[in-house]
Amino acid sequence: MHELSLAESAIALIEDAGRRESFHRVRVVRMEIGALSCVEPEALRFAFESASHGSCAEGARLDILPIPGEGECAACGIRAEMETAYDLCPQCESRPLKVVRGTEMRVKDLDVE
Amino acid sequence: MCTTCGCGSDGATIDHHHAGHPYVARRRGIAAPAAAAAPGAETGPGRTADAAESAVAASAAAHLRQVSIEQDLLARNDAEAVANRRAFAEAGVFALNLVSSPGSGKTTLLVKTIERLAGRVPVAVIEGDQQTSNDAERIRATGAPATQINTGKGCHLDARMVGDATASLPLARGGLLMIENVGNLVCPAAFDLGEAHKVVILSVTEGEDKPLKYPDMFRAADLMLLNKCDLLPYLQFDVEQAEAYARRVNPDIRIIRVSATSGLGMDEWMEWLAAGASACDAAAPALEQV
Ligand SMILES: Nc1nc2c(ncn2[C@@H]2O[C@H](COP(=O)(O)OP(=O)(O)OP(=O)(O)O)[C@@H](O)[C@H]2O)c(=O)[nH]1
Ligand SMILES: [Mg+2]
Ligand SMILES: [Zn+2]
Ligand SMILES: [Zn+2]
Ligand SMILES: [Zn+2]
Repeated sequence: MHELSLAESAIALIEDAGRRESFHRVRVVRMEIGALSCVEPEALRFAFESASHGSCAEGARLDILPIPGEGECAACGIRAEMETAYDLCPQCESRPLKVVRGTEMRVKDLDVE
Repeated sequence: MCTTCGCGSDGATIDHHHAGHPYVARRRGIAAPAAAAAPGAETGPGRTADAAESAVAASAAAHLRQVSIEQDLLARNDAEAVANRRAFAEAGVFALNLVSSPGSGKTTLLVKTIERLAGRVPVAVIEGDQQTSNDAERIRATGAPATQINTGKGCHLDARMVGDATASLPLARGGLLMIENVGNLVCPAAFDLGEAHKVVILSVTEGEDKPLKYPDMFRAADLMLLNKCDLLPYLQFDVEQAEAYARRVNPDIRIIRVSATSGLGMDEWMEWLAAGASACDAAAPALEQV
């Protein structure tokens, strides 16, 4: 995954929100990052720091809210936690579970002034 | 920089093959909009460290409020991809995003594909590489139009680059637009370019377990070309195992065994392409001039 360009997208979304909601300083950024999203949280943190230079989010604290992977079996309907995006159904072991949660890469909300 | 692969998105250039002038893509609105948003010069990008520090100090007492965003990090790319997809549909063009590790044979496959389709299906090509226009030149040598995008430090194409690059390419109705992504099995999986399908190329010199090591890419693709099959007699490569891994990750993936150099499997690949191209042609809005 390409954390720097994702971090730049996050900054662009935040700056858009700044124009819309007229704030000029962001203190805290909360992002939801799914376990199956391939975003490496530490790489994202590092990228966010460098991408935020000169923006209204410079110096903001980044809170990463992890979301566990979860899938559903199309055959037997069971729901189970997933560690990889291709985990087989633990009950019938036929097909990979269908991912229902855990691919999120979202800017959730901000604390601003 | 990206700590995984050292990539950055600045400085992508698009070479127009008519004029040799490089097109420098604009930076993705990071610094400039800040200035527009904040008429108070102290919050602009050019502020001094001192001003930044005093802003921080002043803020300790400032009133904080929560602002809801709830937006995907890929939202902007996805919006540009939607626009590309609409443009391709209106033009009646079958657009494919070719993804693989470096050196799996994407450009060789493209050259052979263009040669086989010559006179039947027009093909236009976008080449993505960090540096050089070698691959676009290999394509142009076949007579097909090609635009090279150099991503600089960036390790994938994004939808905006592709949108900009298509502006200088002739898109023929019923034809193909082949987009050769940067050789990288990681992030191109996440960046929709507006293509009809991602086609992943795996070559038999790479090892059977690539689909398990890079599952996102094999999940994102609808077709896998297993290339360099002419080399199988010389290698310890278990074709069935590689295909089983790909299907484990993506049960619906279609697989064609090919060799760009010997021609093995190329007829089946041509049929798949021709069927896709004529479906796009049929689905495109009726031509005005009747
Ligand atoms: N034996 C064999 N060699 C092949 C085949 N296809 C490509 N090659 C060779 O593999 C090497 C890399 O091929 P390219 O077509 O440049 O690969 P690519 O995926 O475009 O490479 P990048 O754009 O650098 O990622 C070249 O030496 C090709 O001649 C094939 O089917 N069989
Ligand atoms: Mg190439
Ligand atoms: Zn990267
Ligand atoms: Zn099941
Ligand atoms: Zn990348």
